[in-house]
This record gives sequence, C-alpha cells and structure tokens, in this order.
Amino acid sequence: MSVSLSSSADRLPSGIPLPEDLEQGTSLWKDAWHRLAKNKLAVFGGTVLIVLAIACIVGPWLSPYGYEDNNLNNTFSPPSGAHWLGTDQLGRDLLVRLLVGGRISIGVGLCATFVALTIGVVYGAVAGFFGGKIDSLMMRIVDIMYALPFTIFVILLMVFFGRDIWLLFLAIGAVEWLTMSRIVRGQIMSLKKMEFIEAARSIGLGKRRIIFRHMIPNILGPIIVYTTLTIPAVMLLEAFLSFLGLGVQPPLSSWGVLIKDGAEKMEEYPWLLMFPGVVFSLTLFSLNFLGDGLRDALDVRSSKD
Amino acid sequence: MFRFIARRLLETIPVLLIIITATFFMIRFVPGGPFTSEKAVSPEIKANLEAHYGLDKPLYQQYFDYLGSLMKGDLGPSFKYPNRTVNEIIADKLPVSLELGLTSLAVALVFGITLGVIAAIKRNTWLDYVSSSIAMTGICIPTFVLGPILVLVFAIHLGWFNASGWYTSYDRVLPAATLGLVYSAYVARLTRGGMLEILNQDYIRTARAKGASEFRVIFRHALKGGLLPVVSFLGPAIAGILTGSFVIETIFQIPGLGREFVNSAFNRDYTLVLGTVILYASLIIVLNLVVDVVQVWLNPKLKFD
Repeated sequence: MSVSLSSSADRLPSGIPLPEDLEQGTSLWKDAWHRLAKNKLAVFGGTVLIVLAIACIVGPWLSPYGYEDNNLNNTFSPPSGAHWLGTDQLGRDLLVRLLVGGRISIGVGLCATFVALTIGVVYGAVAGFFGGKIDSLMMRIVDIMYALPFTIFVILLMVFFGRDIWLLFLAIGAVEWLTMSRIVRGQIMSLKKMEFIEAARSIGLGKRRIIFRHMIPNILGPIIVYTTLTIPAVMLLEAFLSFLGLGVQPPLSSWGVLIKDGAEKMEEYPWLLMFPGVVFSLTLFSLNFLGDGLRDALDVRSSKD
Repeated sequence: MFRFIARRLLETIPVLLIIITATFFMIRFVPGGPFTSEKAVSPEIKANLEAHYGLDKPLYQQYFDYLGSLMKGDLGPSFKYPNRTVNEIIADKLPVSLELGLTSLAVALVFGITLGVIAAIKRNTWLDYVSSSIAMTGICIPTFVLGPILVLVFAIHLGWFNASGWYTSYDRVLPAATLGLVYSAYVARLTRGGMLEILNQDYIRTARAKGASEFRVIFRHALKGGLLPVVSFLGPAIAGILTGSFVIETIFQIPGLGREFVNSAFNRDYTLVLGTVILYASLIIVLNLVVDVVQVWLNPKLKFD
C-alpha cells in the first residue's frame, strides 16, 4: 500500500510545478499514511490482504497439486497433513483451488473496479465540470439508474451471452460506477471555483487538460477511498453470480464457485464450505476496514450513503 | 406533494419503456430460442410452434404486439410451461417472494434499529463495540455463506428447522433471518450514525432540560430524525432484498419468483423473463418513490421539488 500511496504522491504535483505545492502535496500524503498506520483495524486489513494476495499468486506454484488434478481414490478427505484443507468430490486439493480461485476473485474484483472507476470518474468529472443543464441531465440519469434492478440485467447478460469472464467484469463494472460518479462530481464542483483552476483557464489550457491534469490529481483521496470500498461490492457481485452458476465456469474456480460447491455438500463435508466462506468473508472484512481507515486518514467527508 | 408524485410517475413511463425495449431486443438477439432444446423438434413442429406464439412475424411487429397486450395488462403466454400465461405464473410465485422479502425487511429493520439505537446510546461502551462488530460481521458475510451456515447449525445439527422447503410458518424463519440479518447490519450502522448526530442537537438538550424521561427523549424525539439515513437506505435495500432473494430461494428451495426468473432466463422463456423484469423494475421504481415521499414527510428541511 505504501508503494502505491507514495507513487501517487510523486505524481500528484505534476500539474502544478511549484516547489511549495510539491512539498505540501507530499506532506498531505505522509500525514495520511501516519494516520492510517495508527489505525489498527486498517493495518490488520491491509496486512491480511497483502498476505492473501501473495499466497494466491505464489501458493499454487509451491503446491504439489494442480487445481484440476483429480484423485478419485481420495475424494472428500478431511483436512490432513497431505491436504491441509482437505479435498473435494473429485479428490482435488481444496487449498490449491482456494488460492487459484482467489486469483480469479481478486482479479475480477480489480478489473471490474477499474472499469467502474474509469466510467465513474470520467462521467462525474464531465458532469461536475460543465455544470448547468448537462450536469442536471447526467445526474438525473444516475438517479434513475440507481433505482433500477441492475443485478437482473447482469444475470440476463451472463445467461444469454455466455459465461465469459471478460463479459463478467465489464458487466459488473458497468453497474458499480454510480456512487463513484456522484462523489467525483461533487468534488469537481467544489474545485471548479478554486483559484488555481481559474489560473489554468486564464493561461488558455484546454478543458480536457484542466480536468485530467489539474482537477483529478487533486481528488485522488476520495477516489482511492471509494475504489477500496467498491472492490468488496464488486467481489460480492461476482460471487453472487458464481453462486447462481453464472460466473466462472469449471474447471476454473472462484471463491463464489467454491462456496456454491461447498454449500451443496456441507452436510457431510462442512470444510468444503467453511474454508472458502471464511477466506471470502475475511477478505471483505479487510477491504472494508482498509477502506474505512483510508476514509478517516484522508479525511474524506462521508457522503450520504 | 401530489404534483411531485405525479411528475415522478410520469418520469417512470419513459424509463420503463427503455427497460422493456432493451430487454425485449436483448433476448431476441441471443443465439438459441425457447424451442431449441435438447430434444430435437422437427422443423414442421418448430414452425408451427413459432407461428402459434407469433414468433414468425417480423421482430418490430412482435414488439408492438407485445406493447399492445402489455397495455391491457397481459404479459403473454409462457413458452416453457404449456397452457400457462405469465400472469398466472407471476400470480402464483410473486406472493411467496413478497412474503419472504417483507419478512426479511421486518427482520432487518427491527433488529438493525434496535442494535443501532443501543450502540448510539451506549456510545463507546462494550455494548457499542459488540453491536458495531455484529454489524460489520453482517456486512462482510454474504447471504450465500450465512444461509448455508445457518442451515448447518440450526437445521442439521440442532434440528430446529427444516433445511429447505416452504410449507409451515417455521420454514420462513431461516430464509428471512439470512436475508434480513445482512441488511440489518447496514441498518444498524446507519441508525447509529444518525442517532449520534441527532443526540447532539439542541432540541434534544431542550427535551432533556424539560425533564422528559430518557425513554421519551430517544423514542419520541431523537428516533424520528435519527432514522433519516435508514429511510434513504430503504430504496437500495428493497432492491437488494428483492434480487437477493434469488440466492435465498435457491438455497432454501423456495418456490418464489426469483428462482423462477433465473430458470426462465436459462430456458429462454422470453415472455416470462420480460414479464419478471418489468414487474421487478416497476416494483423497485414505485417503492423508491414511496421512500422519497416518506423521507420528505419525516424531514421538514426537505421539500418536494
């Protein structure tokens, strides 16, 4: 986390090449970093996430088992020395499947969040920057979209257009951008009246350059916070779809798929449900704690939700 | 107020029209139709079937026919259930889903508000920490993990309830608890935040100074304002509970509309998919309108505009 924060800090003043601003920019991020480091729950969340991410990336290589290696002589074996988390109905090692599933779940979470982030930031920035009729029309559309049953449309998309993983995160991303666009719009509107924007305008910079070089770097704080809070929402939706059989397809696994399989066999083999369930919930916990911690650290005013 | 409601209802018409049009054409441009099943149907029979349901007419003709019958409240015949209309299927299944949804909403509100009020009154005591952690746990444990766990503990190990089915009123407990507890977590968090803000207000001090009992201060004066964030959350909550019931109905094998919807999408039962989408969309839009009205009614600072 420190890496990404400080690198954003390096990038932050690029639009404003004054040394004073540069120092101020850096200290803001340093301050936030110190506040975050004091927040035990956020540190816990961040640590869990880093450990999980490393385990998911490296773990499958270190394991003697592949995620689709069947062993029909050893089905449903309870956790043991050979299979730390036991095996499933085809004798596949649950630990490896959990880690590989984690790659998918986290990957879908990140990609779909990136889609949502891009749409939300651009949409919100345009609405906030141009204001007036454009803004009220764009925001009215967002209001209306808030009231629509999007999950239903994602389900339809997945059923009809094949259960393609790319489609999956495009569809999820297209649903989860609404809150981000509202936040960005609000921030841009308050920035618009600032003097440095007026200065940028007065030296004849184009609108696009003002928005993307001068305004957006200044609202990175709220964007980071809501990105962190969007990831769990996205992962939840992915798992929800996988649980309905609409997400990732076998032999690949995701945490949603593992939970679904586990739930079917939980009566006799409860570990098949417990381990994926615990890991998934722990990830959501950590992301939420980290997001809340970042919100306090960067002092982002809580919006109405 | 009536002008506000009338305007919002008018706005609903184009939104619904867009939803109907988008869904109608989306399902038609999908490979596979209701009669391309595993059993090969001879081309003659297929042509007859398509003629019977009007599928041989040009697409735009079908679209306007559908809109025409929709105006009369007729959602058409089901393609997969011979001799049944979509209206009949919905009339059959919707009450089940509504009962599940309303019970869950009641669980969410009663449990969530109680938890939130306790946390706010006993701020920063162990009671606050316990109820806040319960709330965080609820937010991070998705329904499709919580449901199977509740079944495992209360149905299989303790034997208090049936693991699935929808026959006696006992069968309502676990599904409604699963769906309701997750949302009660959000309600608790919002109640706590809202109550904390209100309890610092001058009018609460005035009420205390007048010698009103603590009970009266909280339930007569503070709760009305403190619940405002909860009321604005009700819109998303209702949408979430309605779509969330897809998973709940699958886990507990409840014969509701949610499960029917997912099946109908898999079966390419065009009319049933369309009918369900229209129904859910209208339901969510109307309930959101009700929530908005209640919000203004509760908060004298807001105005209908």
